[in-house]
Order: sequence, then structure tokens, then C-alpha cells
Amino acid sequence: MRDIFTISLVFSTIRLATPLVWAAIGGLYSERSGVINIALEGLMLAGAFTAAAVTFYAHSPWVGLGAAGLAGALVASVLAIVCIRFKANEVVAGTGINILFLGLPGVLSGALFLSSGSTPQVPQEQLLPTLAQLVPVAPQWRIFTNVSAISMLALFIVGCTWYVLYRTPFGLRLRSVGENPEAADAAGIRVERIRYAGVVLSGVLAGIGGAYLSIGQSSLFTRNMTAGRGFIALAALIFGKWRPVQTMLACLLFGFADAVTIQMQGVVKMPSGDDVPVQFIQMIPYLVTIVVLAGFIGQSRAPGALGVPYDKEA
Amino acid sequence: MKLRDLLFPLMAVVCAFAVGAVVVLIIGDSPLQVFSLLLGSALSWPDGIGYTLFFATPLIFTGLAVAVALHGGLLNIGAEGQLYVAAFATAWVGITFAGLPSLLLVPLCCLAAVLAGAAWAAIPGVLKARFGSHEVINTIMLNFIAVALVGYLTQYHYRIPGDPIMESAPIGDTAQIARLGSVIPGLPERIPLNVAFLLALLAAWCVYVLLWKTTWGYEIRATGQNPAAAEYGGISIRRQMVLTMAISGGLAGMVGINEVLGYRYRYYDGFSDNYGFTGIAVALLGRNHPAGVVLAALLFAVLQRGGVPVDAFTQLVSKDIVQILQALVILFVAAEAMFQWKWAGGRRQGTASGSAGAVPSAQAGTATVGKI
Repeated sequence: MRDIFTISLVFSTIRLATPLVWAAIGGLYSERSGVINIALEGLMLAGAFTAAAVTFYAHSPWVGLGAAGLAGALVASVLAIVCIRFKANEVVAGTGINILFLGLPGVLSGALFLSSGSTPQVPQEQLLPTLAQLVPVAPQWRIFTNVSAISMLALFIVGCTWYVLYRTPFGLRLRSVGENPEAADAAGIRVERIRYAGVVLSGVLAGIGGAYLSIGQSSLFTRNMTAGRGFIALAALIFGKWRPVQTMLACLLFGFADAVTIQMQGVVKMPSGDDVPVQFIQMIPYLVTIVVLAGFIGQSRAPGALGVPYDKEA
Repeated sequence: MKLRDLLFPLMAVVCAFAVGAVVVLIIGDSPLQVFSLLLGSALSWPDGIGYTLFFATPLIFTGLAVAVALHGGLLNIGAEGQLYVAAFATAWVGITFAGLPSLLLVPLCCLAAVLAGAAWAAIPGVLKARFGSHEVINTIMLNFIAVALVGYLTQYHYRIPGDPIMESAPIGDTAQIARLGSVIPGLPERIPLNVAFLLALLAAWCVYVLLWKTTWGYEIRATGQNPAAAEYGGISIRRQMVLTMAISGGLAGMVGINEVLGYRYRYYDGFSDNYGFTGIAVALLGRNHPAGVVLAALLFAVLQRGGVPVDAFTQLVSKDIVQILQALVILFVAAEAMFQWKWAGGRRQGTASGSAGAVPSAQAGTATVGKI
């Protein structure tokens, strides 16, 4: 058991939690404005594919990262128009976006790279750098800077989100639109405009989270490479009670569960001599979410107007 | 059935194909060629029609499942998990009681499929009724739990030792149901279209009777249309939630009959090609009416069947175009207000929510989604 809880477990946790943090904080902007974002999975896939494809052509991970954010914004604005302008059921529209990105990367990679579903490998030196590659440090300290720059940026984004949400006029408007759009409207806030901003922001952040998967952790895009991380991010958002810092902690917890699973493989045996079934550890985030939602571990209260389209004339 | 019940889904499909055509054009293939391959291959006899009807079978079940739940004001996006649990349960009964005669074993397996699906779906129903936690999140979470659970059972307990594929041991011979090829002349038996297709049509008819001809159905619809009024009228909303989810899950579970008893004769891990999620599109496109669900399932099955030749005979477009078209149909059907706005010549938007007519559908879902 002792060989598992090492320093490498800490870094593994950070690595696995990073895409979750980006996507979950993205989801926070959308959901605090009152728009359910089930599409995080699809938005991440959009970002992951775009990042890998653009980096392959542009030879720069930063261009790829920017493109991923843009792609996320673009897809999220489709979701926003469908949900806000045409008052579609947000869950259904989000499911549509998710299915769209099971297919679209396959078609595009088929057309661009003549492969079904994956992009060509991006060379190692063109991947998103670790902190050690950006900041020169003595070799003995290298282990502490061996985290991705994107992980550090995620920490910064969580701080920013806290500040924006609780200390700026935009944050106040975002929250009021999500809690009580009628009152916000009466106070002169443009409800729909704020909601558009929330959803588009969620696309940018989820897209970057996806980019980290394809050009940070890995070096290419593969079909459905998010493998449910968008939904785990959503679960973390709920577990974190729609608050930035708690949401990040929830992501770290889920990342930790994932890291332990990986490290345990082949190391820890059950009394019977078999491997511990990974499936049970994979269930943890989902079970935790159900338990939290049911109110067994404190109350997790959603923004008041979450999922309710705002109709000015009603 | 009013004109717009046919018109709006049709417009959504046309728009989805139009956008799909643009995607194909951008990629640099001919949309005409792609679409003629997509639609044409499904109509050939016997392979095209046989496979299309086979692909339609699970979609009818999941489409009905989503439709029943929507009538009750619930959004069941957990059909995927429900059908996995049910398929495994079906195989389990088929393996465990392999010695029983067909007349006993087949109904027993079918019962297992329905009950397992119903039980899995009842969990979010109970959670909502008891704790008020929203079914959308819970059904999503239960999808992942279901996949992990049956994956564990297959891998550790029901796989033939040494088999590299994640699949269970075969079910007993007496649990197999007949392929339609054994009855219909000209339809070869290698095509897996089986009795479950007829069962799906029967299920559609039963759902129609249930929803519009029985007290149970009336209570489900009343709860979906206006929960407060239904409760005032003496209907127990909580009981209704659990019951509706159970019926919905039972329908989704019947996918297991087609898959296990009629096709692979074993549980095969990861068999579902997003049937549960496509069921949402099928239900919406079919405007939550059983007849509409059957038609919509056929359309999606045509696309699924057509994906194979698209992959083989076009230069650049892969069969993933099918998923893009399905997703576009979902988005356009969800954004139905877009058409209504044009239809009404820019009349007040408010009509959008009221005009769902016979169907509380998506709008009903939206109204309750607030309390996640």
C-alpha cells in the first residue's frame, strides 16, 4: 500500500484533475447564469480535436490552445442560440451537441488526415510545456515544476473566477440572472446578453480543458478521447455546489480517485489474489454525485432559475 | 394529429440534411452522392430492408421509453444505462436457467429484461420522489455506474476464461428467439432481424393504449401537463414519478431482448451504439407519439444502415456523417420555436411553449428542470 501514496500520486492527481477543473469552471459560468450545460463533454471534444489539428499545422501549442478556446466558444454559441433565442430544452440541446462531437471529429479527420477518428501525432516539443520547460530551476527541484503550465493556469483561472463571480459587477449580474431573472430584468440587466456571455465563456474554458487532453497529456486526438470527463466535470460542479473553489476541490478529489485507480493496477491485490476491479473505483465520482444531490452530505442547491428559459413577455 | 405535428419534424429533418450537405460540400464530396448512398442502400432487398428494420428495433424501444417519461414530465436520459443492465440480466437468466424448455425460458428472459430496466430506472424516480434530486443528473450518473457494473460482472464472473473479448458465456439454446428470416421467404437467416421487431411494434401499440386509453396513462399525462393540478385532483405525484420511470426503464430494457435473445445470444460488453441517447432524438422527432416514434426510429435506422456504404464508396466522407445528421436533427427539433416563429409570421413568441399541443414533451421537461 505504501508504494502507492508517493509524490508521483500527487502529480498524477493534478494531471488528471486539470481538464476537469477547466471544464467544471466553464460549466460554472453557464450554470450560474441559469443555463444547464450538459454539453461540456462535446465542448471538450471540440477543443481537443481543434487543438490537435491546429497544432499539427501551426507547429505551436499556443496557437492550438487559442484555436481550441475559439472552437469551444463557437460551439457554445450554437448551444446558446438554440437554448436562449429559441428556448430549446437545454438538456436535449446539450445532448445534441455531445452526439455532434462523437461524429464531427471523425468526419473532419477523415477529410483532413485520411484517417478515421484520430489526428496525426504532434511532435513532443510542440506539446503544451510543463513549468520546468518555462522556468529554469535546479535539477533537484525539477520534480516540483514537473506540472503542466496549463495546470497552473487552471489554478489562476479558479482564483479569477472567484474574484469575477463575487467581486465584480459582471459576476453579480451573472448570479442574479441565474437566481432570479425577473428581478434582474427589472433592475435593468439584459438577461439574455448575460446568459450568452456565460454559455460562451463555458465553451472557451471547456475547449481549453479538451486541448489539454489532446496536446498536453497526449499528443494526438483520438475518437471520444474525453471518455465521460465532461460529465465528471458536471458532477464536480454539483458536488462543489456551483462555487469555484469547492468545485476545484471536487475535481481534485475525482482526479485523485482516478490516479489511485491507475497506480493500483497490478500492485494492490485483493485477498483472493485478483486485481482490485477498477470498475468500482470508476463509479466513485458518479455515486458521490447521486449521494450529494440527494442531500446526504450537506445541501447542494442549484441556481434558482437553472434550466428555465427567460421569457420577457410571460 | 394536426398538420404541424408532421410539418415541424419534417422541417427539422430537411434543415438537418441541408446543414449536413454543407458539411459534405466543405469537405469536398458530393452531397448528392452521399445522401443517395445513405438513403438508397436501406431500401434494397433483402439486406437493406432487413438490417434497417433490425437497427430500428432498439431505437423504437428507447424512443418509446423517452416518450413515456416525457409525457409524465420526466426527462429520462438514462435509457443507455437501463438497457445495459437489462441486457446483462437477460443474458444472466439465459445462462443460469439454460436447461429450461423454450416455452418457459424465453418469457423468463424477457421478464428479466423488463424488470431489470424498470428497476434501474426506478432509482432516479425514487430519488426524485423522496429527495427531490433531479432525474437528469441522476440518470446520467447511473449510466456510467451501469456500464461499470455490468463491465465488472462480465469481466470477473461471466466471461469464459481465456476469452479475449469482453463478452459473457452463451445463453442456453432454448433461450434464443426466432429470426424473421426463418419465416419470411427470401430473407436469409444471417440477417439478425428477429421477433423482437414485432415485439417493438406491439410495445408501441401498448404504449398508445396505456397513455390514451387507461387511467394510468391519464394520470401520467396529467402529471406531466400540470403537476400541481394533478396533485389537486388526487394523483400522487411521487408515486407517479417512480411508476413513470419504471415503465420507461422497462421499455428501454426490452432492447436486451433484441440484442441477447435475437442477435448475439450472449451479453456483449459495449454493444449499444448510443441507442439510449438516439432514443431522445427519436422521441422528439416522433413528437412523443408511438406512431411517430416508430417512423422516427425507421428514419434513424435508415441512416445507420446507410453509413456503411458511405464509408466504403465515398472518397472523404466517413460514416460519422450519420452521427452528425442525428445530432443536427436533435438540435433542430429542440429549437422548434425557430419554425413556429416563421410559421406564425412573427406572432408572439409565447405561442411556442403552448403549441406543443398533445405533447407536453420538451417544454414540460424544461419547466421542471429548475430543481436540479
